[in-house]
Amino acid sequence: MELDIKEYEGKLPPKMIEEIKGHLPAKTKKSDVKKIMERICEEYKSSQVEPGESVGIISAESIGEPSTQMTLNTFHFAGVQEMNVTLGLPRIIEIMDARKEIKTPMMQIYLKEPYCKGKDIKDLAQRIKENKVRDFIKEIIVELTDNKIDIKIDLQKLKSSETKDVVLVKTLAKSLKGYNVKIEKDILTIKSKAKSENPSDVYKLKEKIKNIYISGIKGVYQVLPVKRGEEFIIVTAGSNLKEIMKLDFVDKVRTLSNDLHEINAVLGIEAARASIINETYKVIENQGLNIDIRHIMLVADTMCFSGAVKGITRYGVVQQKSSILARASFETPIKHFIEASLIGEVDELNSVIENVMLNQPIPTGTGMPELYMKASK
Amino acid sequence: MVEVFLNGKFLGESDDGDKLVENFLEERRKGKVDSSISISFNKESNQIFLESSQGRTLRPLIVVKNGKSLLSEKHIEQLEKNEIQFSDLVSQGVIEYVDASEEENTLVAFYSEDLTGKHTHLEILPLAMVGLCTSLVPFGNFNQSTRLNAGSKNQKQALGMYALNYLVRMDMDVNLLHTPQKPLVNTIMHEYSDYDKHPSGQNVVVAVLSYDGYNMEDAIIVNKGSIERGFARSTYYRPIISEELRYSGGLVDTINIPDKDVKGYKSEIDYRFLEEDGIIHPEAAVAEGDVIIGKTSPPRFLSSLDEYNITTSSRRETSISLKHGERGVVDFIMITENEEGNKLVQVRVRDQRIPEIGDKFTSRHGQKGVMGLIVPSADMPCSASGVVPDLLFNPHGIPSRMTIAHLIELIGGKVGSLGGRYVDGTAFNSETEVDIRKELLSYGFREDGSEVFYNGITGEKFTARIMVGNMYYLKLKHMVANKMHARARGPIQLLTRQPTEGRAKEGGLRLGEMEKDTFVAHGTSMLLKERFDSDRVAVPVCMKSGLVGYYDARKNKMMSPIYGEDSEMAYVELSYAFKLLLDELKSLGLCPRLKLEDKY
Repeated sequence: MELDIKEYEGKLPPKMIEEIKGHLPAKTKKSDVKKIMERICEEYKSSQVEPGESVGIISAESIGEPSTQMTLNTFHFAGVQEMNVTLGLPRIIEIMDARKEIKTPMMQIYLKEPYCKGKDIKDLAQRIKENKVRDFIKEIIVELTDNKIDIKIDLQKLKSSETKDVVLVKTLAKSLKGYNVKIEKDILTIKSKAKSENPSDVYKLKEKIKNIYISGIKGVYQVLPVKRGEEFIIVTAGSNLKEIMKLDFVDKVRTLSNDLHEINAVLGIEAARASIINETYKVIENQGLNIDIRHIMLVADTMCFSGAVKGITRYGVVQQKSSILARASFETPIKHFIEASLIGEVDELNSVIENVMLNQPIPTGTGMPELYMKASK
Repeated sequence: MVEVFLNGKFLGESDDGDKLVENFLEERRKGKVDSSISISFNKESNQIFLESSQGRTLRPLIVVKNGKSLLSEKHIEQLEKNEIQFSDLVSQGVIEYVDASEEENTLVAFYSEDLTGKHTHLEILPLAMVGLCTSLVPFGNFNQSTRLNAGSKNQKQALGMYALNYLVRMDMDVNLLHTPQKPLVNTIMHEYSDYDKHPSGQNVVVAVLSYDGYNMEDAIIVNKGSIERGFARSTYYRPIISEELRYSGGLVDTINIPDKDVKGYKSEIDYRFLEEDGIIHPEAAVAEGDVIIGKTSPPRFLSSLDEYNITTSSRRETSISLKHGERGVVDFIMITENEEGNKLVQVRVRDQRIPEIGDKFTSRHGQKGVMGLIVPSADMPCSASGVVPDLLFNPHGIPSRMTIAHLIELIGGKVGSLGGRYVDGTAFNSETEVDIRKELLSYGFREDGSEVFYNGITGEKFTARIMVGNMYYLKLKHMVANKMHARARGPIQLLTRQPTEGRAKEGGLRLGEMEKDTFVAHGTSMLLKERFDSDRVAVPVCMKSGLVGYYDARKNKMMSPIYGEDSEMAYVELSYAFKLLLDELKSLGLCPRLKLEDKY
């Protein structure tokens, strides 16, 4: 039987063949197997999209229509338990445009055993969190008379983030060249080596000090250990997938980010494509809408097939269009026409929009086939 | 410390907020502070807001002190004798005006019997909570507030007797209901607002049932007999205005019958109604295209050529004629002059409007709908006693909208017509539903207003009893005759050669971008092309240069813009809009060339 089915490899997707194998009783007759497989092939063929079907427009309509019903809100979860996440239409637009800077970057960090059972979860979260000097400050005293800045350190916070005061002094001294950094109990003193300093420079220095990076993972500005089902995960605001992946207690397989470009850089284009689908579908589900996932998959495919994540914008997917008229009809027509004319581009009129503009039959559906006849002699 | 703000700006601080508010109110009631200034104390944020700005809605309330209304019997007596006015009560501090934010600090009693020590104010009348239009809704307190809103909005669009001197007025776009009636179920506001001087609806017999699906989606069905007897008949008036303008150089327009040699002369038939003075005569039945006021204007530009050309007149035809789809009878003509002393002619045209399918009607409860069918009297369902309703209302309109007052008015109207009296439906102070039902019972009807009904077509008895009664229905100013529009061929725009837009210009109905997408999605390529053929042209294209050329009729040849006669030319069929795009690109300094190749 195995052999009988093997014939159909290539005609049917491998996953489907696996499924058929699982369902067929072992002692099926050879003729029956053939009958069944022929029928399945027929069915498979008839479920495929026909040539000339306008899948793009249908996808656009299928996503666009329900999107009009979406609430234009970012949801705010009450309390500390969850964080603010961009959802709804703004998030869809963010994904489809493939924005470099997203409004609310987020990660869901899954952990390995035994940490996922809750071991040291708070400490792990603290280790991930990015710490800047401002996180440890209780009070700043600026003494303009001797160009000195005294910082009162919150020792408890320092302790809970497992940062030693020596480390603090060292990192500060490293990033502040030309200054003496000293610590005495909880008072950190920063003094210029130069004799005289402009008072406004002292204030600038104060602001600079606040933002100096001390420890943790850059970009992760908020952490939240959360119980999801049976296990504990860490949800973060701010994303830095590359650095998180380096940590030994992180389950690298399941850890997620919502930053498409970061996923593309760290995990590659296939992962980016998958996350476009997931992220979009998540929003749609959240809004209680129902869009067939294949429409979203088509969008994800068009965004990713070039090997880089490209948004559906005039700099992304639309720029790749070969037709000048199609590009010009999307946004900034004059710019496109002028650029095209500089290099003498030719529009072959192969796609839909150009032909609508010229009032010619469009090459989809009934406009696809052409009829040729042999002239009688 | 309490922060005090005046019109949103910080004013200062006070130690005792309650005392401040109390003192302020006292001073205002004494008349030392203007009655339109409001004060509100937000205890949560510990702030006091004083407001004197424009655009706030203020509401009069009777002041209550220690659980007792300040408005005494004596005041009422004096008011009745006309010894004091409402404004006197305000200056005496008996009545004060309260705005929306000050209302937050008050506790207002509905009726004087409800007063307790905690109350600060008393309603003058519960009906005073709503505006004029809303208080015209009978039993309004039984409706959902949104319906009340819709109901009062609809009443403003109703046809009726809008002004008693309408015969000498030249209003734009007005309608007049022929036989308006006073509502059987009314409110005290009908009395106070002299509603019987300008009524705007008619009392009709309404049955609540569906009829063959012709009253789906809020449509109503009307008895043809009722229409023939004059139900909802109205007249539409429209003035047509023209004046003799003066131009520089002593040139003037003249209102007269245009000479035949005038530029743009129509045809003699179009001018047939005009009298010697160039104005139409009264009672002329006019239709679209007929000239109402004949007029000629001097030429637009005095070009050098025309100056020597004395033989033909260079004046233009600028008569005013009825627009597309309009008709009527000339009702009234007025010849006068305007502020600048120019001759001004106004002609009022009237058109009788008999209700037709598509006209909009409404009850007073936001239950609007268009007429879906006109049924011959014989085919209307009728009651056991032979009463044939004027109008059928679809019961599906009730559950989701919850307009209970609609149903109560129905029963109330029935009681009113049986008892020969007007029923009081003032919101919050109406006759009670129980009383109305009892009275209906006493007339020998079921107290819920339902009756045994018979199918008008088959004569069969309906299994269910049908609710019938009298209601006040309004005809709204949205009539199909003013709106319906369709076109197959017609005028096109000069620039784009595409059909004009809008009903007034007999325009086409646009197949827009999104509609286009649906054709693409269906793959109906040829159908899409055909739809967009409205501006199709065949342009001659030079095959050498790829530029659009032209046809030289004198030489009977196509010419290339660059090579002249020395090029092979071919006709290419495309949309004129695209030819325009090519021209526009040329104006950008780009050179778009069409590369032609044989299709086969």
